[in-house]
Amino acid sequence: MTFTCPQNSEEKKWQLDTRRIGDDLLVVACGGSWCLDQELPEAGVILAGQGDGPRRLSFNTEQLSDWDTGFLAFLRALLTLCAERGLSVDQEGLPEGVRRLLALAAAVPEQEAAKRGSTRRGLLFRVGAATIAFLRGGPEMLHFLGEITSSFARLIRGRARFRLSDLWWEIEEVGPRAVVIVSVISFLVGLILAYLGADQLRLVGAQIFIADLVAIGMVREVGALMTGIIIAGRTGAAFAAQLGTMQVNEEIDAFKTLGISPVDFLVLPRMLALMLMVPLLTLYASFVGMLAGMLVSVTIFDVGMFEYYTETLRALELKHFWVGLSKGSVYGAMVAYAGCLRGMQCGRSAESVGKAATSAVVTGILLITISASIMTIIFYRLGI
Amino acid sequence: MSDAPPIEVRDLTMAYGDFVIQRDLNFVVNLGDIFVIMGGSGCGKTTVMRAMIGLQRPAKGAVFYGGEDFWNVEYAEQERLKRRLGIMFQGGALWSSMTLGENIALPLKEYTDISVRHLTEIVSFKLALVGLAGFEDFYPSELSGGMKKRAALARAMALDPDILVIDEPSSGLDPPTARHLDDLIVELRDSLETTIVVISHDLASILAIGTNSIFLDTETHTMINTGKPKEAVASGDPRVRHFLTRGAE
Repeated sequence: MTFTCPQNSEEKKWQLDTRRIGDDLLVVACGGSWCLDQELPEAGVILAGQGDGPRRLSFNTEQLSDWDTGFLAFLRALLTLCAERGLSVDQEGLPEGVRRLLALAAAVPEQEAAKRGSTRRGLLFRVGAATIAFLRGGPEMLHFLGEITSSFARLIRGRARFRLSDLWWEIEEVGPRAVVIVSVISFLVGLILAYLGADQLRLVGAQIFIADLVAIGMVREVGALMTGIIIAGRTGAAFAAQLGTMQVNEEIDAFKTLGISPVDFLVLPRMLALMLMVPLLTLYASFVGMLAGMLVSVTIFDVGMFEYYTETLRALELKHFWVGLSKGSVYGAMVAYAGCLRGMQCGRSAESVGKAATSAVVTGILLITISASIMTIIFYRLGI
Repeated sequence: MSDAPPIEVRDLTMAYGDFVIQRDLNFVVNLGDIFVIMGGSGCGKTTVMRAMIGLQRPAKGAVFYGGEDFWNVEYAEQERLKRRLGIMFQGGALWSSMTLGENIALPLKEYTDISVRHLTEIVSFKLALVGLAGFEDFYPSELSGGMKKRAALARAMALDPDILVIDEPSSGLDPPTARHLDDLIVELRDSLETTIVVISHDLASILAIGTNSIFLDTETHTMINTGKPKEAVASGDPRVRHFLTRGAE
């Protein structure tokens, strides 16, 4: 039986013939070029239509001009088929190099452990798995919270081990280096608040109260919230990526084997840095937002600069600052917690570092939103 | 086909700013060579390799592939020359978001028109060659360091390259697996006429498979010996003998 190559080029054509000799021998003749630059035949075609006849198979490659892995892959598939059907194969007719490479490929048999079923699971399975993973996440988060609490307890007793230089470095990284982005965002948010208020207050000729709206809004809520979200995207993701990379490089394991708590050494300085810096950034963001409000009011809505300043001072009370600062501090802790948690939970591959960073931002923003809601209710109940 | 050797390095100097890693390297890798670049840790073997594979422009000198000056040809020509190379990086450099099968299939899909069935057979064969038969669906993160290394070699061989550059093939492997890999390297040279450049300081492997070599010195920052590794053991240079006899001489 002759099989023909669909390629047009004569030079690149493979040739394949099968010939029965006697009842039990099938000779496979391969000629021409058997390279990857063309579509090669399927191994199955050789045994198809042969019935129960041949018990042995041999090769003739006298006309073979060129070959590469394509030929080897074809032969390997054919040998597998022959083994399945109980045909004995005589490889003497194959080029020596081909025989040796086939032998090398067969030298290490497929391991049982390597066999895998289909990895595609049903919808119900996937929903169940995701639910279990989510539920398991809760205790893990609580466990990490416990570790951090113990670490803070050690810090208070003066027993926590970390380098002060790391704390200073983190403080510089999360504080002064974030000032530019916090300035830009706060200015724009202050501007939006002013426009939003002016649109309504203009109807009753009360543009002066833009100052109240912007001042109280920025100091109590928006300054802290925006700073928290900026820090979650900027610093939370960085924490997760740093700790995740350390997980990949087994640096965290090295701390553990030396009996040094990685939470003390790595998480504590990051937590402290954010808890100290975020309130300050919040204060700064509020100030920049109020400045933007004043700029809009003075230049667009004809409010006098002194009037605006006086109204701002009249509107603001110390309690507003305490509310804003306490929220900033909590948001900082939430972002640090989310970043460090996801970093410490990171797997051992580059991909998992990316996932950890993404998850840190999502978790951070989620925790900020939840804590913001809880604190708003508490402050309302307390009349603050 | 040109009579020029597969690789020729002329007056190659590698430096980071003013700090010279290696200077004035001259050597030729002939067709069918298993060419070993050896030297102590930190001597700049991998840096030299990076210049040879087009990842780092040398401070001075040239690398010729089949007579074409790699660093002085058009970008498209550089890309064409790169396709003649298969590289196995020291750490494997497998793409972590892909399975082993997908890692090996990617270059095949990119540069050939073969069918999915044929692609699957080739991927399966390449993995079997490195002793990883059946591991197509595993992700790199699920493998040991040695397995990653073997899978990386399978990916480097995906397109049956003319030149295979292998950085530290046997580090992290158990002795039988290292021997299997040595056999494979020799077989690729013999059967597919692949020219092979190996960066290594595994003495057993260097002496078993190397047909030609250079020795890079850490102190003088240049090559201090060339020739067959087995002959280098009797080199007149004590630094080379010291290295190849594991400090016994």
